[in-house]
Amino acid sequence: MITAERKPMEELIEYVKPYRRILLAGCNECVTVCAAGGRKEVAKLSSALQMYFMKEGTPIEIEEITLERQCDPEYVEELLPHIDQFDAVLSMACGCGVQEIARRYKAKPVMPAVNTKFMGASEQQGVWAERCQGCGECVLGLTAGVCPVARCSKRLLNGPCGGSTGGKCEVSREVDCAWQLIWDRLKALGMSDRYEENLPAKDWRTERGSGPRKIVREDLAP
Amino acid sequence: MDAFEPVIVAFCCHYCAYTAADMAGSKRLPYPANVNIVRVPCSGKVDAIHVMRALQRGADGVYVAGCLEGDCHFKTGNTRAAKRVAYVRKLLDEIGIGGERVEMFTMSAGMGERFARTASDFTEKIRGLGPNPVKAGMKSTLSAG
Repeated sequence: MITAERKPMEELIEYVKPYRRILLAGCNECVTVCAAGGRKEVAKLSSALQMYFMKEGTPIEIEEITLERQCDPEYVEELLPHIDQFDAVLSMACGCGVQEIARRYKAKPVMPAVNTKFMGASEQQGVWAERCQGCGECVLGLTAGVCPVARCSKRLLNGPCGGSTGGKCEVSREVDCAWQLIWDRLKALGMSDRYEENLPAKDWRTERGSGPRKIVREDLAP
Repeated sequence: MDAFEPVIVAFCCHYCAYTAADMAGSKRLPYPANVNIVRVPCSGKVDAIHVMRALQRGADGVYVAGCLEGDCHFKTGNTRAAKRVAYVRKLLDEIGIGGERVEMFTMSAGMGERFARTASDFTEKIRGLGPNPVKAGMKSTLSAG
């Protein structure tokens, strides 16, 4: 999932200050799962902002809505009947959702309520960790299902480096050495020969080297 | 100006804190009428938003009362509740309302005295803090009792 974290209240208060009627829009997908911008988080942020402005003696009106997906035009369209009643939209979706609202409702200011972080997996309840950087050319088949691009601090394709100690990365004792994980798993799978093969230099044009990326599926596109 | 009588909302779990309130009643122990009890099946049922909405609608203080640590009828509901209370306190500090208006307490079903004392102590603490500052932006406010 795409992970995110709510922005500090101080920053959000500054965003909202110029407006009196705010549409606070959550998203039912990734940000719901990582507890950053789903229906519950929308309710809490709405309440916190309303309380702040009530305390200041300048109450604001906040309408809460959580769309199925903010990154899909068909769901963003659902805001159409409501949007004119509001001065601005505060979106709790990832950056994709914020931009989709901006694209559809050109005359309406839209602001992000969360900081979009990374593509990750849930390690345990309340803990999410980075697992994928969307490099555009997956190497997991060669690295025993552990990604060196996302999980090695140096993104080494042939690791580990000298900073690996006791299975941990020199960047932090909290970070597993991705290449230790890869080696352990190759051994467990009886595939340690694979480790002897050097991976060729990666073509980073499939990542961001060629600018913003796009996928076009001819069979689906109009 | 009328003397300030705080409105307190107390989310009490059915198995311990609410039963402790019953015990306080059976023992004829007095506690302030300011405390409005909301019975919940487990303190773990109380979400951050319940506490926040209570404050937003004019409560001056809110507490969640669950079973003693390690004694939750549903095993971990009270520890979950305590974490949510900590979250709300931090959020309230961030918006300048003051996290000390929200607290978590634990007690067993037999602790009628602790229930009554907690209700009295918390009410007095909130009386000392004064009215919930969000009332500045409210058209009408709740009354105590």
